[in-house]
Amino acid sequence: MTKRSKVIEKEEVVIRFSGDSGDGMQLTGTLFSDTAALYGNDISTFPDYPAEIRAPQGTVGGVSGFQVHLGHSEINTPGDFSDVLVAMNPAAIKANAKWIKPGGTIILDKDNFTQKNLEKAGYSRDPIAEENLENYNIIPAPITSMVKESLKDLGLDMKTVTRTKNMFALGMVYWLFDRKLKYTEQYFDKKFGKKPEVAQANKIVLRAGYYYAETIEALTPVIRVSPAPISKGTYRNICGNAATAWGIIAAAEKAGLTVFIGSYPITPATGILEELAARKDMGVKSFQAEDEIAGICTALGASFAGHLGVTSTSGPGLALKSEAIGLAVMTELPLVIIDVQRGGPSTGLPTKTEQADLMQALYGRNGECPVVVIAASTPSDCFHFAFEAARIALEHMTPVLLLTDSYLANGSEPWKIPVMQDLPSIKPPYADTVEIPFMPYKRDKEKLVRKWAIPGTPGLEHRIGGLEKTAKGTVSYIPENHELMVNLRAEKVARVAAGIPDLELFGPESGDLLIAGWGGSYGYLLTAARELQSEGYKVSLANFNYINPMPGNVRDVFSRFRSIVVCELNMGQFANYLRMNYQEFRYEQLNKVQGLPFTVNEIKEKCINILEGN
Amino acid sequence: MSETTVNQLSAKDFKSDQEVRWCPGCGDHAVLNAVQKALSEIGIPREKIAFISGIGCSSRFPYYMNTYGFHGIHGRASAIASGVKVANPDLSVWQITGDGDALAIGGNHFIHVVRRNIDINIILFNNEIYGLTKGQYSPTSQKGIVTKTSPFGTVEEPFSVGELVIGAKGKFFARTLDSNVSLSAQIYVEAARHKGTSVIEVLQNCVIFNDGIHEVVAGKEIRDERTIILKHGEPMIFGKNNDMGLVLEGLKLKVVKLGENGITEKNILVHNAFESNPGIQYMLANMKYPEYPVALGVIRSVPGATYESDLAAQIEDVKKSTKIKSMDDLLNSGSVWKVE
Repeated sequence: MTKRSKVIEKEEVVIRFSGDSGDGMQLTGTLFSDTAALYGNDISTFPDYPAEIRAPQGTVGGVSGFQVHLGHSEINTPGDFSDVLVAMNPAAIKANAKWIKPGGTIILDKDNFTQKNLEKAGYSRDPIAEENLENYNIIPAPITSMVKESLKDLGLDMKTVTRTKNMFALGMVYWLFDRKLKYTEQYFDKKFGKKPEVAQANKIVLRAGYYYAETIEALTPVIRVSPAPISKGTYRNICGNAATAWGIIAAAEKAGLTVFIGSYPITPATGILEELAARKDMGVKSFQAEDEIAGICTALGASFAGHLGVTSTSGPGLALKSEAIGLAVMTELPLVIIDVQRGGPSTGLPTKTEQADLMQALYGRNGECPVVVIAASTPSDCFHFAFEAARIALEHMTPVLLLTDSYLANGSEPWKIPVMQDLPSIKPPYADTVEIPFMPYKRDKEKLVRKWAIPGTPGLEHRIGGLEKTAKGTVSYIPENHELMVNLRAEKVARVAAGIPDLELFGPESGDLLIAGWGGSYGYLLTAARELQSEGYKVSLANFNYINPMPGNVRDVFSRFRSIVVCELNMGQFANYLRMNYQEFRYEQLNKVQGLPFTVNEIKEKCINILEGN
Repeated sequence: MSETTVNQLSAKDFKSDQEVRWCPGCGDHAVLNAVQKALSEIGIPREKIAFISGIGCSSRFPYYMNTYGFHGIHGRASAIASGVKVANPDLSVWQITGDGDALAIGGNHFIHVVRRNIDINIILFNNEIYGLTKGQYSPTSQKGIVTKTSPFGTVEEPFSVGELVIGAKGKFFARTLDSNVSLSAQIYVEAARHKGTSVIEVLQNCVIFNDGIHEVVAGKEIRDERTIILKHGEPMIFGKNNDMGLVLEGLKLKVVKLGENGITEKNILVHNAFESNPGIQYMLANMKYPEYPVALGVIRSVPGATYESDLAAQIEDVKKSTKIKSMDDLLNSGSVWKVE
């Protein structure tokens, strides 16, 4: 578009857009990541926003951020520290000062650095001086006033005008990273199709920002992050919640079933219900229930009637669903329960991430009540594990609990689109109509799975329920029968292990330290492991996706390392689970409960500490 | 199964092989008989019927029916039944529940299934007591009642089932006595034919913990005087000698005697169950002895769109207009790019 004074190539770059929760930072970040992904960068994103829709303006509590990590090699985390911070107000500096790389770039809207806003953010005079950021590349741009100036002839109201200022910042960032405006302009046309004047205003402001950055040249050198060498195929950007929803639909298609989702909106899981509700084209029946309990009970009723029943929630909702999960265990119906974990306990930190629902998922019910528990590890592999959750539920006639988390749910990354033909088929164990009378709890010898008799089928009429029963389905209080059924239900879940892959190792087969993690911390753990490996340490990573039952080779893998460190965003739930199941090993722990993902640095520090103590 | 065989099903064909375990003399036995009788008249094949229940004495009901059945958890029968019906609208879905199951622990699900108008027939056994937990007061227990958890009498007002159903935008409400098997069976047939949520309140006797609670209106000797069986299109006349009637006086119902003060059948209100304005039906549902006779029969039966058919229609509409016909289409929709 213009000639560049100097262009530098970078391997990877982290950009954080930060402002008031009403400043449109999530959209700005999303538009930038889409553009980067379409250009061919590998990316990882992390939206970080307050629970309040409009927290008090200008305060640190109201800061909403969106971090994008892009690179020309594989990117596994949204990055610890940002190279570029866009700060729409002083509070954004306050919230992010310690997360900027030394010497990094800060673009700020200097019109918003008024005395009042400084005070709201807790500064007395100059945030840059007070945070010791003088040596950073500070770009104070009068964004608000320039936006007003560029739109003065359009006759728009002031609210519409000021709403576009995030696009000025985005324009500046596009220039900084040498990106085309086309994709974002197309977005405006689509989004504001009925309000062409608003689309026009956004385009003008986007370009104004772009040209402003060019004019002041303060931003030079322009940073270019070339496309990442990604394997051939068709790609799209996807966030964890959408990937989860799609994995469910894909499984239903493979099984020849209809999806029924019964759910109640809850942050950060709502996106799954929203996506499934939008998928009427795929025949999904979505039922926004009156509460969490009705969500799971309608889903279980639908499973009984022959659909793929699904319910999605977050920690507090999972607590409410406990009794009904027990009913699903007892009636041995297929059911997928998705828990998008957030900071707890109670309401906790609704918009922040945590991995502290593991024990609830494994044990949070009355009685001996085993369910299959699996966890996704990246935004895009939520598709795979949602598919797996549904496959296991349908083929083993059991509820399956899928754990994702806020970080995976909202984070996005480019994803190589799978071809349906390549995914495994799913064959539910339908009851045979020649075996009449139907015995609801008669099991096959291999998997101990009961048959599924769908209401409507003549001759297979039967009754199931929460009371203990014999194989025939008769209610029974016989002591020995109860023990037998408890054991059978446990063994049935244990035998799911025969159909799951071995634990995968990232790094050498043996070594000094094994980093053990599970679910959504994967990207950070992998990046730390790779960096340690390249620094010469004998470190490998084992990230668990199958938690109950566990893969068959765990003991073998653990025995090949001198130390094991279990890293998770809780106080040590998985470490204790491992202690219970594999008592012969000693487990070090790295735990964090700040509502934030790990940083690569803190993982490395802990590992080096252990390695050097050896 | 052919139509002819279906029509030949008798009440006995709906009995399962399970031994019925309710207390001898419990009103539930009569309800079971009435339901089996009704089903033999309705003519829906067994495999297309599902009985869903929650927890409580009455909730054992599905085990005694030779149909599909699901004995759920306390209070959640409405939600489970909603899932069953929405998943498979071809099934005839019956929910068996009690005053505790439906109106206390399951109150939220109950009002919402009624509001959504999902085509489920809800038989609510109202004995004004908790039986399975052995005698505690329920949300329909009269104020002041002494029970194990209210040794000095309750200090809370009861729900009236009909009022709650109409308040939740209910379109079908009926009331019957457990002991009146033929009236009950007629009502179940009408409920089954009604498209939408049907709530049938059964005044049911708990022989152990609340024996005779409805006797003041349901007793054999007095019930003709103290109840009125409403029939659509017929005048609201009751009494052993059919000499009592209901008229509207101002904005209230009033009991009158035919032949007194010049009152003839012409003055008596004619029951209109199909009227969508629930004003009079609401008053009828709330009539209490001794001021009024207690209303039995179908009090309200108003047609309306059901949740499951509207949802199915919406899905069909979207499917017609979309380019996304398969998962592969969905995966490749929107912004995608190729890496060569």
